[in-house]
Formats: sequence, structure tokens, C-alpha cells
Amino acid sequence: MLELKDIVKIYQGGTVNETCLFNGFSLSIPDEQFVCVVGSNGSGKTSLLNIICGTIPIDEGQVLVGGENITHMPEHKRHRRIGRVYQDPARGTCPSMTILENMSMADNKGKPFNLLPCVNRRKTETYRDMLAQLGLGLEDKLGVRVGSLSGGQRQAMALLMSTMTPIEFLILDEHTAALDPKTAEIIMQLTGKIVAEKHLTTIMVTHNLRYAVEYGDRLLMMHQGRAELDLSGAAHKNLRVEDLLCKFNEISIECGN
Amino acid sequence: MLQLLGVLEQGFIYAILALGVYITFKILDFPDMSVDSTFPLGAAVTALMISAGFPPLLTLPASLAAGAIAGAVTGLIHVRLHVRDLLSGIIVMTALYSVNLHIAGRSNVQLFSFNTVFKNPFIDALPDAIRPYAPVLILALLTLLVKVLLDLYLATRSGFLLRATGDNPTLVATLAKDSGKVKILGLSIANALVALSGCIMCQYQRYFDVSMGTGTLVLAVASVIVGTQIMRGLRFLRATSAVVLGSVLYKGCVALALSMGLSPFDMKLITAVLLLLIIVAGGHSRRRGKYHA
Repeated sequence: MLELKDIVKIYQGGTVNETCLFNGFSLSIPDEQFVCVVGSNGSGKTSLLNIICGTIPIDEGQVLVGGENITHMPEHKRHRRIGRVYQDPARGTCPSMTILENMSMADNKGKPFNLLPCVNRRKTETYRDMLAQLGLGLEDKLGVRVGSLSGGQRQAMALLMSTMTPIEFLILDEHTAALDPKTAEIIMQLTGKIVAEKHLTTIMVTHNLRYAVEYGDRLLMMHQGRAELDLSGAAHKNLRVEDLLCKFNEISIECGN
Repeated sequence: MLQLLGVLEQGFIYAILALGVYITFKILDFPDMSVDSTFPLGAAVTALMISAGFPPLLTLPASLAAGAIAGAVTGLIHVRLHVRDLLSGIIVMTALYSVNLHIAGRSNVQLFSFNTVFKNPFIDALPDAIRPYAPVLILALLTLLVKVLLDLYLATRSGFLLRATGDNPTLVATLAKDSGKVKILGLSIANALVALSGCIMCQYQRYFDVSMGTGTLVLAVASVIVGTQIMRGLRFLRATSAVVLGSVLYKGCVALALSMGLSPFDMKLITAVLLLLIIVAGGHSRRRGKYHA
């Protein structure tokens, strides 16, 4: 269970430009739930993820995981049980290192980064199999630097790398937004497969309303730091893209966009 | 012939320095200015120990340790006190100038009457035919040792994390590791090597001078860039080998310039112009972005 309790987040506090994004925002996500988060720009989607991961500090409130208070835990420690994929494919991989080196490093997450060799040749076949299931031809390029791969290939690797080791939470920050429609489809199918196989509690921010409806078992529509819609169960099952788009437009008109 | 030996000897000494700077400048993408003072720091420690009668070999681990501490201080100032990378290096560089004076006791120390790793009863006992080549052999071995150890380290789990920190700190955080700590470690290793280079230089020229570090960083950066340029052409070369080669090549260029009649007064000017040319020609003019989209 992941809980956010009465979160207050103020940007540029103490200046004339002070903006209060979250004012007493609360959210609880049961284990193994797949939550899709939609909303216009500036509605607080990415801030929500950053608060969960500890990338940005909060002004008030608590973040709890399984009852444990992690509000003041630094970002890197929280990532012991979180895997995260960013919108920018470059952020999930190391461009100057090869595919094999990247995979080996990701595989070492949770273990000490000591003076043992990082690349384990015996695991090469495992990595090859993992890459082969992507269908992007990466399995034959283990010695190629990741910097020379396309955005889609890198994002697929980033997704694999972030879910290789045992984690509880998967945080997806518009991870298909920078990809072409076909690659985005491949990445989304892979996401669904990994989440189901590993029973991960997942929070996915997306601008693609179709993905938001098709995937996951709960939908949040954020607006000005509040959850304007929060659908799960039967209400989520009957949800159609058109309904969602209608609601989206309503909010945007209110806003004057 | 004698000149070629000199170029090789100095090239190897500065290669150790360049390997250190390769870690900060290339791997960590950290412009560490403290190098200009950690190089003489190694020399100061060496001068102190040798004139106090310690065995010359002991100065090597001692200067490594001194450099590592200095590097860690730069890292701590940057990571824990959130001072910008360039400034933290400058602060440590300035502070170390006084520290170096305190360690050595005065602004220059001569070691002509003491044993060093290059001049001791063992070397003196070598046959006349070999003795002139002893320094270059010792230096080649030492440089090779440092290079191989660095290669091995960069293939370890800790070494991978170091490479990732310069490349993409976001990834290091998602691997549940603190990139700040990795930076401190990297700066420690880098400056340990720089101080080792200073230690060897001090024994090679057999004196310590507090201002011997001026221009060290520029020289090292030039070697690193020349080396990595070579590597682009010769893909089979490891980056570390290329850096060693770059250092020797760079020393060769400078020796050539001097033998062609350029005044030693113009030394730094030539260095600066040469570096500028290499940087512009190699496309290194802009600091690389943190993320490569």
C-alpha cells in the first residue's frame, strides 16, 4: 500500500510567483494496482511522481509505503523498491556504455557495487533472451554503445533495465510520449506484460487517453492539484475514450484553454 | 637519443597525471581545478619524507593517500555543501598551496644528496650499458601498472557506477545509489593518481618547488584530448592507453617546439595556443550536456 497523506507542495514559496500545486492532496494505492494518471500540463502529474520518488521535497504531509513513513528518505534509497522510466529515453540508460554493460549494471541493482567484475559472461544468454522478446533486434547488438540506438530501442532497454531486479513499484512518466506510434505500441504491450508477470504496483502518467483506458485498473484525472476523476472497478471497466475526452475538454474550458 | 629518452620519461610521468585527470574530466565530466595543487601536494609529501630519510618507495603510497584525501575534500565541498564543481576545485587548490608549504617546510626543497626511486645503490650497481635506461624502464612499468589497475577498476561494479555517474546521474539514482558518493570516490582516485605523478616528478627532478603545479591541469587536459582524438582514429585502443600515448605525444610536440628554437619564456603561451587548437579542431569546445536525447 502506497499512501500520500495531506500533501502540500508550494513552488517558489515566499516570492510573488508563489504557486500552491497540492493543498492537502491525499491518495492511497493498494498493492498490485495499475493506476493511469491523465491531466493537462501543470496539473501535477509529474510532481505527483516526483513526490513519490523523493525527487522533490514536499512542504507538508507524509508519504507512506506499507505503513512506513518515507517522507524524509532520500531519492536513491527509495529506489531500492521503485523502478522508474522517464519520458526522455536518454535518462534510463548510459549512452557511452554498451548494451551488455548497461544490462549488467541494471542487473546489479540491490547488490553491492564493489570490486567484483560487473559483466558476468554466464548471464549473457539471459540478457539476449530478454532483449529478443522485444523484437527490436537488440539481441545481436550486445557490444554496441547505447548512445547509437534509436529512442524507441533505448526506451525498451530502459523499461527492461528498471524491471530486471525485484521491485515493488513501477513509475512510468509519459514513457511512450517521445516515441513513434508503432514503437509506443510495442513499449506499452511490453509494459502490460511485465506489470502482470511481476505483480508490480504501477503508476503511469500518460497523455494518450486510449492507453489510459485500455491499461490498468484505475484511472485518475488530475486538475490543478486535485484528482478530478478517480475511477476503478466497474466504473473503470465501462469507461470509453470518448467519455474521457469529454471530461477532459470540460476541465480545459473551465480553465480557459 | 638523450632527448627522446627525456620525452619518454616525462611523458610517462605526466601520463599518470593524465590518467587521473581522465577520470574527472572525461568520465565524471567534472572540471577539477584542484589538480594544480594536488600535483605539488604529492611532491611536497615526497620531499618531506625523503629528506627525513624514509625509503623512497614509501613515498608512493603516502602521496597516493594525500591526493585521495585532497580529492575527497573537493568532492565533499561540492556534494555536501552544494558548491559548484569549478569553485570547489578552486577553493581546494588555493587552500592546498599553504598546506603544501607547511608540509615541505619552505617553498623549494632540494633532494640531490638523497636516495630516490631513480638514484639509489641498487640502480648504481647496474651495468653502465643499462643504467641510463633505468629511469625510463621504471617509469614505463609504473605507468603500465597504473593503467592496467585503472582498466581493471573501470570494469568492476564500482567502476561501472563511476562511468554511469558522469554519463547519466539520473540512472545512478534509479539504481538506488547515491551519485554524490560516487563523485567523491572518483575525485579521490583521480587526485591520488595526480599526487602520485607529482611524487614521481619530484624524485625525477630531485627538487620540490611550491609552484611546480602551475599549468598542470592544462597539460593534463591537453594530453587527455590528444589521446581521445587518437582513439577516434584507432578504435582498438583503450581510452586509457590512448591517454598515455597522448601524454607522450604531447611532451614530444613541446620538445620539438623548443628544439626548433622557441624560447622557454613562451612555454605556457605555446601550451595554451596548442590546447585551444586541439579543442577547437576536436569539437570539444562545448561542455557536453547531461542528457543526450
